[in-house]
Amino acid sequence: MIALSGVRKSFGSNMVLDGISLEVRQGEVVCVIGPSGSGKSTLLRCVNGLESYDAGEITVWGQRVDRDAHDIVAIREKVAMVFQRFNLFPHRTALENVIEGPVYVKHEPRAEASERARTLLARVGLAGREGDYPHRLSGGQQQRVAIARALAMRPQAILFDEPTSGLDPELVGEVLAVMRVLANDGMTMIVVTHEMGFAREVADRVIFIDGGKIVEQGKARDLLSTPQQERTQDFLRRVTHPI
Amino acid sequence: MFSRNDLAEYLPLLAAGALVTVQVFAFALVVATLLGLVWALMRVSKVRELSGFSKALINIIRGIPILVQLFYIYFVFPEIGIQLSAFQAGVIGLGFAYSCYLAEVFRSGIEAVDPGQVEAAQSLGMGRALILWRVVLPQAFKIALPPYGNTCIMLLKDTSQASIITVAELSFEGKLIASSTFKNTEIFTLVAIWYLAMCVPLILLVGQLEKKFGRK
Repeated sequence: MIALSGVRKSFGSNMVLDGISLEVRQGEVVCVIGPSGSGKSTLLRCVNGLESYDAGEITVWGQRVDRDAHDIVAIREKVAMVFQRFNLFPHRTALENVIEGPVYVKHEPRAEASERARTLLARVGLAGREGDYPHRLSGGQQQRVAIARALAMRPQAILFDEPTSGLDPELVGEVLAVMRVLANDGMTMIVVTHEMGFAREVADRVIFIDGGKIVEQGKARDLLSTPQQERTQDFLRRVTHPI
Repeated sequence: MFSRNDLAEYLPLLAAGALVTVQVFAFALVVATLLGLVWALMRVSKVRELSGFSKALINIIRGIPILVQLFYIYFVFPEIGIQLSAFQAGVIGLGFAYSCYLAEVFRSGIEAVDPGQVEAAQSLGMGRALILWRVVLPQAFKIALPPYGNTCIMLLKDTSQASIITVAELSFEGKLIASSTFKNTEIFTLVAIWYLAMCVPLILLVGQLEKKFGRK
């Protein structure tokens, strides 16, 4: 379980997270939506210690998240992350990207890790592309490699930071499809996204954040169809009718 | 301009000098590369003492002419009990001076690596040393290669400065021959051509590297 209580974080005088409390249960899929600059990404980055926080507490399966503590590595092994810009290692092939963590962090035998990496790459629809370098792959393919790389660590949860925002529109579907399968398999997921259709269909719960605060949360269908707060209504109107 | 006899007489002498030039260059390059990497890693370190030391060192050494550094090593070090041959002093002096130039080359390479790469590595649970070795340095290396090649070319030519402390390299031999034969035009033209000939392979190599890594 991932639990945040009263988490605050500011960059200089800019309060990005203003007392966020949130619990994500095992196997739950939570989508976080909100305007840009509302603190969604920062929230996610605090959970696996890529970002420090000023006050409050974050725990991951009982272990306190502290960016500067030694055990942060253990937390990152439990909580994988998928980035907006994929962040694949450009000097390594798809397969090498996937086995990097298992081999060099978890010290799994290379042959075993490679075998599993092939299975994972096949699972995200990339069988036969193991030897390709990232620049030979489309954005959608790169993001699917990144998901396989995250899965290779056998994480208990995966954080997705706007995983489809950097993609051409026609490539969004293939990434969402992979994520949908993960969700159905019971993976614990926190997804920062602008894909309302995905949130509606896959999320157990949707959280709307604005100004560093949770403005509203609820079952996906409820929050997206009948938002209670004016700010949520405003945001959803702008997202669904941009022109 | 040249008689065949002239060439037969002077070329072997210049060749001996050129060999010394290549030796000074090669040894100094090894010293400069290894030390430069150390300074660069210290410079980007989060430990303030290390980065401060490295920054100060780089700026001090960059601000002192290589010639003066060579004088210092060759003439001042013996007074504190460190006796070095001219060759050793030349290698150490050039290697040290160039380690500071290369440190900046390496540092800019390291800093040019996308921060997202480090975050991806961190999110896999990699520690700082592992990230440096597996993720940052391989990419920084590619970025730094073209400017590294440029600095190599400068070092090759700057080995001529070691002549001032009597290292018998190419320009030293040239000067010697010219002052005893008064054939300034012939000798210094030969010396210039020889330097150029040694630089051409390096220049071509740098061009290749730039083509390969320069744009993406």
